[in-house]
Amino acid sequence: MTVLLLAETHQGRLATDAVARTLSALAPLGDVHVLVAAGEGAEAAREAASLKGVSKVLLAESESLRHGLAEPAAALIASLASGYRHIAAPATAFARNILPRVAALLNVMVLSDVIAVHGAESFDRPVYAGNAVQTVQSTDPVVVFTVRTSAFAAVGRQEGAPVERVAAVADPGLSSWIEDMAVVSERPELASARVVVSGGRGVGSKESFDAIIQLADKMGAAVGASRAAVDLGYAPNDWQVGQTGKVVAPDLYVAVGISGAIQHLAGMKDSKVIVAINKDEDAPIFKVADYALVGDLFSIVPELTGKL
Amino acid sequence: MKILVPVKRVIDYNVKVRVRTDGSGVDLANVKMSMNPFDEIAVEEAVRLKEKGVASEIVVVSIGVQQAKDTLRSALAMGADRAILIDATSDVNQDIEPLAVARLLSRIVEAERPDLVIAGKQAIDNDMNATGQMLAGLLGWGQATFASKIEIADGRAVVTREVDGGLQTIGVRLPAVVTVDLRLNEPRYVSLPSIMKAKKKPLEERTAAALDVDVTPRLKIVRTVEPPQRVAGVRVASVDELIEKLKNQAGVL
Ligand SMILES: Cc1cc2nc3c(=O)[nH]c(=O)nc-3n(C[C@H](O)[C@H](O)[C@H](O)COP(=O)(O)OP(=O)(O)OC[C@H]3O[C@@H](n4cnc5c(N)ncnc54)[C@H](O)[C@@H]3O)c2cc1C
Ligand SMILES: Cc1cc2nc3c(=O)[nH]c(=O)nc-3n(C[C@H](O)[C@H](O)[C@H](O)COP(=O)(O)OP(=O)(O)OC[C@H]3O[C@@H](n4cnc5c(N)ncnc54)[C@H](O)[C@@H]3O)c2cc1C
Repeated sequence: MTVLLLAETHQGRLATDAVARTLSALAPLGDVHVLVAAGEGAEAAREAASLKGVSKVLLAESESLRHGLAEPAAALIASLASGYRHIAAPATAFARNILPRVAALLNVMVLSDVIAVHGAESFDRPVYAGNAVQTVQSTDPVVVFTVRTSAFAAVGRQEGAPVERVAAVADPGLSSWIEDMAVVSERPELASARVVVSGGRGVGSKESFDAIIQLADKMGAAVGASRAAVDLGYAPNDWQVGQTGKVVAPDLYVAVGISGAIQHLAGMKDSKVIVAINKDEDAPIFKVADYALVGDLFSIVPELTGKL
Repeated sequence: MKILVPVKRVIDYNVKVRVRTDGSGVDLANVKMSMNPFDEIAVEEAVRLKEKGVASEIVVVSIGVQQAKDTLRSALAMGADRAILIDATSDVNQDIEPLAVARLLSRIVEAERPDLVIAGKQAIDNDMNATGQMLAGLLGWGQATFASKIEIADGRAVVTREVDGGLQTIGVRLPAVVTVDLRLNEPRYVSLPSIMKAKKKPLEERTAAALDVDVTPRLKIVRTVEPPQRVAGVRVASVDELIEKLKNQAGVL
């Protein structure tokens, strides 16, 4: 049994942490072939080949694969599918766009956000904003699924596995890339950071969100936000933590001015240690916090930043 | 231009679900149900496109139990013109998988020939985030997922997408499937007169069997359990105490 893992790349660079975590989820399923589909992917392919558990890397390079458009990527994966029992990817925006389309092309279901692999057909996944966990058994001949990376540790390195080129399929020309407005940041990535500092509506404005960012930088942390903070324009969209944003499980999560709605908790309640700073002593966030500090964030956050 | 919007009836986002202790699932009887919030955003976008004169007709479709008619009526009250219910099960606890939903929707698309399908990016009950992409795949149409902005011009949709690392803008040739994210718009509140008016709008019924789609699930749900619960920790009185605890007790600093 062999698994085909769709690697996530950004501008030709491998999202190593996401791929390495997905590989540890796939370990019980057998050999893994990684597919790097990109404009130029040789470097990403070499990187993927050095991750433990990878027995081969397939490299498809084409202009149509440069921007992660779903149609050419899904057509490529479907064309490779016949040799595989499982087709998987990390549950990122990139793969969530592509894998359901692949599943439809193969006339099978897709399983999103797998948090445990029990065997070739049996998987756990959260439903209802993480308020329930379902064990599901697939009856499909090919199991297509995405993996919640925060639920798995990254695999280590190995001697490079072989890299083999595969042809991209013809671009169906259904969609075209126009522009990326990427936020380039030196901070750790939200999904894999050891520490995350998040701000909510309580922070009050885009200007005062700087205090959250300063605290995060002091702690070497990634910055997160509640949906309210993103909706209000305090923080960019890809900082949203929660059921419909990113799911994180860092060693330390600091929630500042966040009430703790179930949709937010769904994205952070598996963090190892949770600190909540909120002026409302009845805020629901305190029910999941290991350390609760009741008070005004406008005095607490600068003090904390200063004393660390 | 004709727009099709699939709308799903789901447990209201404010309700805390109760997982049955025998592992058989979640209690959905007598629980408040509403339109999936993402689908409200999808309907709102379609109505705005109609108000701008870009769209001429909006058809909403729901797949599931008879009670999904309420969801369709809400969409009609927001401004959709016609509704179609596909009766696929009589059991309120039975959810229809995205593959089956997408196959049923593809049948409706063949009959209705819309230029654009606007769906939610995910349903908040099962969080599968799949149906729109699957429908596009089945139809061989282009797709633009997680939209935070949609513009229609010259036979294509220019869509700004919420992706990891920021935003991406792509163009998709119509007909296409677009799935919507939270920041696309703020759905309107419906007025009483529009609710009354919606009662007179056409609502057709079909069955999954008549559309010749097998909705037998591909995924067997073996059991549903509650995840381990966190317990509240301790209150700290000051920043100094917090730092001390994080250093010496939690060991994370
Ligand atoms: C379909 C759907 C999907 C959603 N997905 C998500 C998601 O993925 N992620 C997410 O986060 N939310 C999501 N939500 C929204 C969620 O329901 C809440 O509305 C949101 O999380 C609230 O954000 P908040 O805690 O920042 O704001 P609020 O609930 O308004 O809380 C603000 C908090 O700040 C505190 N505060 C105010 N001033 C101060 C001060 N000076 N000092 C200290 N504390 C202060 C207040 O006491 C309060 O507790 C979703 C909702 C829907 C309907
Ligand atoms: C109580 C319960 C019982 C279940 N029982 C079973 C079972 O017996 N067997 C089984 O295999 N699986 C069952 N499931 C799982 C379920 O079938 C799938 O996991 C689920 O459909 C996942 O997709 P989603 O609804 O999250 O769709 P998503 O792909 O997240 O939905 C995205 C969008 O697609 C559209 N859409 C989706 N569904 C519909 C719809 N019905 N009508 C109109 N538009 C729609 C909407 O625009 C929506 O915003 C059950 C789930 C629950 C909660």
